[in-house]
Amino acid sequence: MTELEGLYALWYREFKVFLREKSRIVSSLFTPLLWVVVFGGGLGSSVSLGGTNYQVFIFPGILTMTILFSSIFFGLYIVWDKRIDFFKEVLVAPLSRLTIFAGKMLGGCTDALIQGALMLAFGVVLGVSYTLETVAAAMMFMLVLASATVSIGLVIGSRMESPEGFNLIVSFLVFPLFFLSGALFPISNLPSWLGIFTVLNPVTYAVDGMRGVMLGTSAFSVILDFGVLLAFSAGMLVIGSIAFSRMK
Amino acid sequence: MNQLTIETHRHPLSEPVIETFDLTKNFGRLVAVDHVNLSIREGEIFGLLGPNGAGKTTTLSMLATLLKPTDGTAKVNGHDILRNSDAVRRSIGIVFQDPSSDDILTGRENLYLHALMYGVENSVRELRIREVLRLVDLEDRANGQVKTYSGGMRRRLELARGLLHRPKILFLDEPTLGLDPQTREHIWQYIRRLVDQERVTIIITTHYMDEAEHLCDRVAIIDDGKIVALDTPERLKQIIGGDIVRLRIRNPRLSPIKELAYVVKVEQTDGFVLLTVKDSSVHLQEILSLVGNVDSVELRTPTLNDVFLHYTGHEIREAEAEGGFFERTARARSNRK
Repeated sequence: MTELEGLYALWYREFKVFLREKSRIVSSLFTPLLWVVVFGGGLGSSVSLGGTNYQVFIFPGILTMTILFSSIFFGLYIVWDKRIDFFKEVLVAPLSRLTIFAGKMLGGCTDALIQGALMLAFGVVLGVSYTLETVAAAMMFMLVLASATVSIGLVIGSRMESPEGFNLIVSFLVFPLFFLSGALFPISNLPSWLGIFTVLNPVTYAVDGMRGVMLGTSAFSVILDFGVLLAFSAGMLVIGSIAFSRMK
Repeated sequence: MNQLTIETHRHPLSEPVIETFDLTKNFGRLVAVDHVNLSIREGEIFGLLGPNGAGKTTTLSMLATLLKPTDGTAKVNGHDILRNSDAVRRSIGIVFQDPSSDDILTGRENLYLHALMYGVENSVRELRIREVLRLVDLEDRANGQVKTYSGGMRRRLELARGLLHRPKILFLDEPTLGLDPQTREHIWQYIRRLVDQERVTIIITTHYMDEAEHLCDRVAIIDDGKIVALDTPERLKQIIGGDIVRLRIRNPRLSPIKELAYVVKVEQTDGFVLLTVKDSSVHLQEILSLVGNVDSVELRTPTLNDVFLHYTGHEIREAEAEGGFFERTARARSNRK
């Protein structure tokens, strides 16, 4: 009971802070919007892929980007919490480390999903047609992806002492994950060296799955995409719990 | 009725709520806490007084189960800190040196979070939050974001937070660090109020002499990880054995002064003579007539600073100038080779 209430407390804090820091939402949506409107619109005026408008083609990729960036950078807040004594207070509370990790993780997923949902709504402007099922499926993909990438951010955050260090490590991670995911290009005709990286990148399956769900074109089956993503998430959750239980 | 209970609570024979047994912590080669044995009684305000880096916060962290001792152990509320750290954490409150409240949330929201994390029952949660807010006079500002609070208000919110789950023991790490004198006096009042109204045992760390003197029932003087003296502030000062007479004088005649039975101690530093004198008000005239031409005289009762000097041979401020904990760590490391 106490553990559940503690879990709720940790989630509640992240959620409240998120709602109060409106600038976080705006700034986290700014970059993806720039990509889809300027890059997608600009390149889309001369490129189309298999009958699909380029702007629409990269839209699932940009959704993935929104989740990826906001959720990994969520780990930064743990570095800030460590700088003030807020985190020490959480650690000294009679809660298991698993609960602390789960509370943070769910808080991060909530933030990321709200941003993802806002981006998803923007799809209407681009002319993406939704049904209730495609929205639900896209949200599921985003949730599973977020649970994995928030965990990555939290693991890195739990080990770092300074925000600068965190940013450095994360930029080394986040950009390759994004560019090698096929968010901006189809992965079917890639040169083999690039193809290997893409197939090994778990984020690829989030992009591909959402493309399958929303646009009906995907390189792998949607079920396979979702399965790989679930496995990725499970692995990251385990690593995250271990990292938290070892934190001093 | 209240008065009576408080008295029994502070009865010297009451059970110890904290006992340490050769509690020791090493950081590499640095011995931060060196075989400390303490017994802290229920309902007292107990002070750990010492310069930065003396081992106060480390001791506190071990008692709060945030740090594992290198050697020895302690019992907190009857629970062993090594074997039963969960039970220890449930029964204590701790207020850190740095604020641990979330700036963006309101005071009330911070308390609500804490109540959830410490398992304060749903049915009493609201009531309890209101109680602690009243205790620290923050009812009016409870719905304002913490970032709009003054330093003193933040500290009061921390006190309220520490008390929310009705701990039997409350640890306060430098509770008035960096506050102005007036605010510090206020915080002392609040701390006393907590003891009287909530009957908690309070352990504070401080490097402020006046704080130890005015707030604490008993004080342990800690230096280089060791307890060098432990008693009530009054009795610690009695150890000095008299009042302090400070003379500014160029050519003092000290030999006749040293003969006097009521002069306990004579010290000479450049341009000053420092005497420890019994019944100084009676004997001052005689001292002045013997010592020679005095530029100025200062007479004062001893403070804990004198006690600290007596036991350690240096003043708290000097120790600070030499560097705090990190400098000591750095020194211990560079000595390793």
